[in-house]
Amino acid sequence: MEHYISLFVRAVFVENLALSFLLGMCTFLAVSKKVQTAIGLGIAVVVVQTITVPVNNLLLNNLLAEGALAWAGFPEADLSFLGLIVYIGVIAAVVQILEMTLDKFFPALYQSLGIFLPLITVNCAIMGGSLFMVERDYNLSESVVFGLGSGFGWALAIAALAGIREKMKYSDVPDGLRGLGITFIVVGLMALGFMSFTGIKL
Amino acid sequence: MAFDRQEAKAVLLGPLFNNNPIALQVLGICSALAVTVKLETAFVMSLALTAVVAFSNLLISLIRNHIPSSIRIIVQMTIIASLVILVDQVLKAYAYEISKQLAVFVGLIITNCIVMGRAEAYAMKNGPVMSFLDGIGNGLGYSILLIVVAFFRELFGSGKLWGQTIFQTVSDGGWYQTNGLLLLPASSFFIIGLLIWALRTWKTDQVEEKD
Repeated sequence: MEHYISLFVRAVFVENLALSFLLGMCTFLAVSKKVQTAIGLGIAVVVVQTITVPVNNLLLNNLLAEGALAWAGFPEADLSFLGLIVYIGVIAAVVQILEMTLDKFFPALYQSLGIFLPLITVNCAIMGGSLFMVERDYNLSESVVFGLGSGFGWALAIAALAGIREKMKYSDVPDGLRGLGITFIVVGLMALGFMSFTGIKL
Repeated sequence: MAFDRQEAKAVLLGPLFNNNPIALQVLGICSALAVTVKLETAFVMSLALTAVVAFSNLLISLIRNHIPSSIRIIVQMTIIASLVILVDQVLKAYAYEISKQLAVFVGLIITNCIVMGRAEAYAMKNGPVMSFLDGIGNGLGYSILLIVVAFFRELFGSGKLWGQTIFQTVSDGGWYQTNGLLLLPASSFFIIGLLIWALRTWKTDQVEEKD
């Protein structure tokens, strides 16, 4: 249990996908103008991340990895080079299915999250989560925890940035720096802040 | 379509400064910044990305009239993912050390918004030759920013360029006290923020409206 809690905390703070690996930056900078929308997108990311990382983990271990096809009579097959195309396929499919399910059964939730879902397919944080899972060799339960934690960390970061940007309306920023430039610098400062979690072990 | 030299030049060179994919369009920052600690990795990453954008634009533009619009995202994704797998395999075969350092970031070219964005915005509407040039142009726009960032980070962060010592660091008995901040991911945000400031002071039409 301790192992999982430590993994979760690490995924949220120490190895925050947005601020220490700089993943999902396109949407991170584009959709962080208002706290409300930022939280909506954050929740969508948490949901998709928690589903796709374990699903990709199952696919990796049962279809793609070296020797994984032994149950089908191909003990020598190594399909791991197909990984990238499979992961992105899974992500696109999960997003599509989630969109349809929400539309059918939870129309209210769909109204608020709907517009963000297509954005998530090209969110590098989601793809990055799956690739880190592969690189670090997580097992199924670890990948559930990692998916949840990394999604939550990303959501936290975007909500915080949106809060700062809302306040920044009242400040006087030099012309050339206005908008994108100052956002980059704010994100840099936030990343420095998150660095203070480095080395924390539970 | 007649080949227009003037337009070709605009398509190829426009993205360098006037319409830089990172500084103005806010595309493709995702996988970029983490690889800029060293000039060498940044260069390889730029090369890989330029190749992928150029060829995905070319291929998508070739079949653009046959793609049903409802499934175009999946089709584009498949083409891009196949190209990235190719690049990944080539890197693993010929530049194993660098491909280790780039780790997951080669794979992340798939979700790099520049690739998707150009495919969607340009290749779906224009001919193959122009799309190919547009791909190269945007790839170069991305590369130029990446390489500038990597130049500052490697030179001032570790006193080296391309692995060669430029400033003798204190730890090696020299005089240069390295700036550790520049080795952290956060520094790339500051550098890009300042670059955007410089670019927009030069080209004032890019300054954003007050909201």
